[in-house]
Amino acid sequence: MSEAVRHDLLAPAGGWHRRRARLGVHLVLLAFALCYLLPLAVVVLNSFRDLGDIGRNGLLAVPRSFSLAHWSVVWNRFCVSGGCAGIAPFFFNSLAMAIPATAISTMLGALNGYILSKWRFPGSQTVFLLMTLGVFMPGQMVLLPWAITLGWLGLTNTIAGLVLIHCVQGLSFTTLFCRNYYVGIPDELIRAARIDGAGFWRIFLRIVLPLSPPILIVTVIWQFTGIWNEFLFGVTFSSGAHQPITAALIGLATTGTSVHQYNVESAAVLIAALPPLLIYLVGGRYFVRGLTQGAIK
Amino acid sequence: MASLSIRSLGKRFGPVDVLHDINLEVEPGEFVVLVGPSGCGKSTLLAMIAGLESITTGEIRIGARRVNEVPPRDRDIAMVFQSYALYPTMTVRRNITFGMESRRVPKAAQAAALARVASLLQIEPLLDRKPAQLSGGQRQRVAMGRALVREPALFLFDEPLSNLDAKLRVEMRTEIKKLHQTLGKTTVYVTHDQVEAMTLASRIAVMHQGRVQQFDRPRIVYERPANMFVAGFMGAPAMNFLPAALATVADRPCVLLPADGAAPVALPLPPVAGEAALVPGRRVILGIRPETIGLAPAAGAAATVEAVAEVVEPTGPDTMVVARLGGRQVIARFDPDTAPDPGDRITLALDPSRACLFDADTHRLI
Repeated sequence: MSEAVRHDLLAPAGGWHRRRARLGVHLVLLAFALCYLLPLAVVVLNSFRDLGDIGRNGLLAVPRSFSLAHWSVVWNRFCVSGGCAGIAPFFFNSLAMAIPATAISTMLGALNGYILSKWRFPGSQTVFLLMTLGVFMPGQMVLLPWAITLGWLGLTNTIAGLVLIHCVQGLSFTTLFCRNYYVGIPDELIRAARIDGAGFWRIFLRIVLPLSPPILIVTVIWQFTGIWNEFLFGVTFSSGAHQPITAALIGLATTGTSVHQYNVESAAVLIAALPPLLIYLVGGRYFVRGLTQGAIK
Repeated sequence: MASLSIRSLGKRFGPVDVLHDINLEVEPGEFVVLVGPSGCGKSTLLAMIAGLESITTGEIRIGARRVNEVPPRDRDIAMVFQSYALYPTMTVRRNITFGMESRRVPKAAQAAALARVASLLQIEPLLDRKPAQLSGGQRQRVAMGRALVREPALFLFDEPLSNLDAKLRVEMRTEIKKLHQTLGKTTVYVTHDQVEAMTLASRIAVMHQGRVQQFDRPRIVYERPANMFVAGFMGAPAMNFLPAALATVADRPCVLLPADGAAPVALPLPPVAGEAALVPGRRVILGIRPETIGLAPAAGAAATVEAVAEVVEPTGPDTMVVARLGGRQVIARFDPDTAPDPGDRITLALDPSRACLFDADTHRLI
């Protein structure tokens, strides 16, 4: 047996020595997993505890009480950001913002990628370069330009305004993803389709899009989680009833009441984190596959 | 069926001239093969005929119509690609009907055309499969089907057999030839394989460095190559080139071939086009195909030279012998029964009537 194989700790089967080594590796991994999961566990447990229990035993303690009530309170009765309808309206604000913004930016990214890879024109490389510069541009830099633009368009403090911002801000990423994926589609396919009489749109819809699910899933997950979790634009350009949930959560933490309702806040945070988590659980498999696909080829 | 004429065609990519002054007149129903080494511009020329590349200078006509500005879909052409370019997400059926669907051909007509082509190529059992579920040969057939279903004025093939293994390539070559004989469509076929060119073409255009070197029937291209490039490219093993000089011996023009240590051998003159060019002393290159070299029964006969067999390569039907002659290496094709052994001194009989003479400077056929 060669040295390389003997030192492959994760090689299947084998003697006691290797089993022990593998156990060690797993223990280390487990320790790291616990480190990462502990904060989540604390929040989950606290969301079910009574306030009295938390007050007496502290935040980091084994629960002595259990109640689902805080979840329903925070969902539709809790007072936050000037209203007392819970965080449900903000949750739906976020959905109303993230779903159209994800869909539009993904479709535009696919279209851009298609043009920049398959319908090159003089200067298209420069256009692509400039577009991808957006990837490296910090959000803080564009706050003021966006404030002015939203003012001009009359979209200040609207969901539509946030959708517009996220579409434009996301375009760099979606274009980059899709363009790099489409470069891998052989040009001969496009040539064959052109001779077959298909035009720009028919080639896109019938040939390129059906080949796109891997990259579209990546783009959708990336955009949805990014837009859903985004905080800066939300808190800057919206207030009151129009806030997305990330901005509203701040209101929760800074309410005027003297006592922090840790259980309710925990439930709120978990509700806010649920959609990206769900989308990742459903599409995560494709996410990793799609991200690496371009790199390997 | 349509003619194709290409007149003074040129192509430039930025500062690079890829094609220079291409002129080809293809008759209706002809099978023209563009052949040449990679980078000679043959695929670019085909893409220009298809409308996939723009035309820098000159013009292309399909039938009587000038198509320089006509997009590919309106040129009435069909093309088979090297990679087949089958649409991976569509079934074979959809692959074949996609073009008709794009052109809004009625469903009934689509079904009829599909049935006709599927039975012609015997791909009926494959119609509901995806390209990934097909073998190389089957994909090739489907790619042909997609082209055939169009009933175009002009068929274009871009190295369609180069992705197949050797055995399948020969089978498909025969099949393409048979199809052309049945359908009689005007065809332009690009390949780098000179055997494919010889077997398929009604006329061959040999290309090199963006120029057509010769455009003629396969037999002429093989027997009377226009220059040394064509002579060396067509035929395997390649034609032997031996430096020689023109002379007059006993009042008859002949070719003086330097021999090992001995006096030059005077050979009768090969067929030449212009008698006027036969200036004694002119330096020439004698081109001899390996199969026109024989073994002479005895030394001293007419048109014979002494040589030493260096390497003997049996191929089955023939045995190739690499011999040294006048300091040059020559390859001869012998019958396996009469082939010499390595190291043997042999007498080679040359057949001047089947040899070619090239100018030593211009490398053109005399």
